[in-house]
Amino acid sequence: MSTPLILLILAIIAIVCYVVGTRHALAIAGGVSSRLHSRPGYYGTFVAICAVLPAAIILAAWLVVSPFYVNSTILGGFPEDVKARSTAEQGLAFGMVSSLARGMDVLTLEEIDSIGADAVALRGALGAKGVPLAGDPEPYMVESAGDLNAMNKISNRLMTALVLIVALIGAGFSYTRISHRFRARNRVEKVILGTLVVASSIAIITTIGIVLSMLTEAGHFFGRVPAWEFFFGTVWDPRFAAAGASASEGQFGLIPLLLGTLYIGLVAMLVAVPVGLFSAIYMSEYASPRLRSVAKPLLEVLAGIPTIVYGFFALTTVGPFLRDLSSSINGIATGDFANFIQAQSVLTAGFVMGIMLIPYVSSLSDDIITAVPRALRDGSLGLGATKSETIKKVVMPAALPGVVGALLMTASRAIGETMIVVLAAGVAARMQLNPFEPMTTVTVKIVSQLTGDLEFTSPQTLVAFALGITLFVITLCLNIYALFIVRKYREQYE
Amino acid sequence: MTDVVSSPAGVLARPARRDIGIKRRYAAERRFRAYGIAALSFGLLFLALLLWSVVSKGYTAFQQTMITVPVEFSEQIIDKDNERATDPQKLMTANYPVVARNALAKVLGVAENDRAGLRAVNQMISDAVRGQLRDMVTANPQIIGTTQTVSLLAAGDIDSAFKGQIDLNVSENNRKVSDQQVGWMNQLAEAGALGKHFNTGIFVNGNSSRPEAAGVGVALIGSFYMMLIVLVLSLPIGVAASIYLEEFAPKNKFTDLIEVNINNLAAVPSIVYGLLGLAVFINFMNLPRSASLVGGLVLTLMTLPTIIIATRAALKAVPPSIRAAALGLGASKMQTIFHHVLPLAMPGILTGTIIGLAHALGETAPLLLIGMVAFVANYPTTPMDPSTALPVQIYMWANEAERAFVERTSGAIIILLLFLIVMNVGAILLRRRFERRW
Repeated sequence: MSTPLILLILAIIAIVCYVVGTRHALAIAGGVSSRLHSRPGYYGTFVAICAVLPAAIILAAWLVVSPFYVNSTILGGFPEDVKARSTAEQGLAFGMVSSLARGMDVLTLEEIDSIGADAVALRGALGAKGVPLAGDPEPYMVESAGDLNAMNKISNRLMTALVLIVALIGAGFSYTRISHRFRARNRVEKVILGTLVVASSIAIITTIGIVLSMLTEAGHFFGRVPAWEFFFGTVWDPRFAAAGASASEGQFGLIPLLLGTLYIGLVAMLVAVPVGLFSAIYMSEYASPRLRSVAKPLLEVLAGIPTIVYGFFALTTVGPFLRDLSSSINGIATGDFANFIQAQSVLTAGFVMGIMLIPYVSSLSDDIITAVPRALRDGSLGLGATKSETIKKVVMPAALPGVVGALLMTASRAIGETMIVVLAAGVAARMQLNPFEPMTTVTVKIVSQLTGDLEFTSPQTLVAFALGITLFVITLCLNIYALFIVRKYREQYE
Repeated sequence: MTDVVSSPAGVLARPARRDIGIKRRYAAERRFRAYGIAALSFGLLFLALLLWSVVSKGYTAFQQTMITVPVEFSEQIIDKDNERATDPQKLMTANYPVVARNALAKVLGVAENDRAGLRAVNQMISDAVRGQLRDMVTANPQIIGTTQTVSLLAAGDIDSAFKGQIDLNVSENNRKVSDQQVGWMNQLAEAGALGKHFNTGIFVNGNSSRPEAAGVGVALIGSFYMMLIVLVLSLPIGVAASIYLEEFAPKNKFTDLIEVNINNLAAVPSIVYGLLGLAVFINFMNLPRSASLVGGLVLTLMTLPTIIIATRAALKAVPPSIRAAALGLGASKMQTIFHHVLPLAMPGILTGTIIGLAHALGETAPLLLIGMVAFVANYPTTPMDPSTALPVQIYMWANEAERAFVERTSGAIIILLLFLIVMNVGAILLRRRFERRW
């Protein structure tokens, strides 16, 4: 039976169990539900859970474990000369076997009989059915494919039987437990609580997954390229090896990418911080409630626009505008109409990213500034300070730790931003300080190393994970430091 | 307690007016205020500029130039040797572009032996007519040998020229349409044969290397599948996790860790989730590349922290009196939460979910890494099929060099922004309608 069908059957069993359990509980109580410990629905739910939960766990475990077992048995059954080959070749052979097995399911019995042992005819027949094979199958593969199908069939039957039996046992057992004094609600709530715990641990699992997956892949990379060459190398030249020619190892220096990332981030912060801070100050201290109720959501629209749209804006509007502007300025100044700002440049990417970051700075700082108590302002104003003096001398110092935290979080966003830089910063990994020239970032290189069909074993691909873990660690440190600052220096006004 | 300052006996000398720099300070005040206004206007100006630049470039994408001409489905060209009964491939591979070209050449009066003229005519029609005419013929082979009036897609360059996007003052050699073609275009337009029609293709077509035939249909389906997966997975998991953390979790090191973790996950760059998806879902679990299932799973992990944070805020906002009342009437803690607290927190939870979904809809970077940058022209039927997503489609078109793709890209951005606007307005309305203040 297919897995969706089994799930459907389990769902039906659950519904039936719920109804039967509820009725049975009511019948025991003689139709007066107050004689029961819990409300009747809980008894039904209890029966349903007992029936379905263990069965579902077995189903999931079986689905995970059985392919491993079956595949290793099939691999073990390969002829000795095949087993002697490299793991990659064995993998290829196994791929053939599994597509053969898939194809044999499609063919009818008569067709299989008529083909017999003719490998070429088999390939043709499968191709006509829409199952393409990479090459002509060898005889042992056909045999293994047959074994694979047989084993899978047996495994599926065993699984179906086991799951259904466990479901029925669970249902029967829990049905007999129902009585006046049985605490069904407590049991059901325990299960619910367990589910809640599992759900909340997914956050932890995700983090562990991120760290582990990146560390293993980056570990493979550092096995090929020494770590110090990666972290302190000043040349980025991954040299896309043509298939097979793995001899050309390229240079993987992180420094030019990191420099580009930080430079673009700096430009972005130079735009976003003054604009965002002053907008926040104006909106929280000066603006009338009406202006504020219009301007604040409008500014936050900037945060809701997908970054790809900013990238496109930079690529088609800001970049060409800066390029043409520079060429006319140059023309007026020197008579030579060559542009000194490239369309893709640090300035373009940084400027547009800065616009994107304005709402992050402004709404975070706005919240923090608004949280500074009224009494501080009143005290300062009462002493004769002007509003701006109050803001500069009293409100901002009080809000400073929070604002710094907000700025650090914004900086971590600038460092991790991808789409704007992919479209607007260029791909040349260079170390230079001219903001009018293109530079590239860590994120751009992650994207460019991983798009396209690459084998998962070459350092050209694996370097993306080393870059990723670097990015992850940098942003993590920034965020944790931001949280730390906010917690440590937060003024307590109570 | 009160210390009355008693002036020393005698006349209190009137103090000289101290210069406290009031003028300078007021000027500083005005300057400071002006900085604020300038900053705010700068932000709003760029919001307007961004939207204007997208809309002004993109609104024309919703119109498409079509050439309506009588097309003769000549048996000579389609099926010269009358083999269509025996060879079904015949009708699939026939030379339909020539059929269309001849039809247009006839209308324009280009002689059949004028090769250069015919080539110029051919350039006015999109290559996509091959599929259009083929579908007509295979659906109804009887039309072979007859003449039908058909609206043909104009080529991308003609489309741009007719919309006035090509500067005709540039020398003829430096632009993609010749003066002759422009003349024909105007001639056809005057005769009413060439005109702009509403472009349904951009909504239903798959990707294409020809801008006039490219659409976001596949991307819309892919994005829809992904949003569905994100909604189905992240809403229940997120709500369950927040209920545990907010209502049940004991305050200890472990829950503290989860808390810090969730806050950090919300700030992890989205591209890192793409790497996670690539390593775990594709490399380890062997799920298919480019499938919307994988995209949905990655976006779910990315959206979860947002939803958890929003849900916890919503749960926190439910006043303790509700809990106390329910507990006092004998409800268990679980009943209190599921029957009373959760329904009251629902508007806040849904608002947070919609905002999280809107964010996920516009996310591009992680999808690039799990191979959704594939050229997909066919509709995916299940979430396991190769597909693409709306923002990824925008990214792919943004990298195309042709002029007409800029218009398409902006058009696709408008569609994306419309979806986001609808979702966000929905969230705001939901909040307005159901928000309660205690």
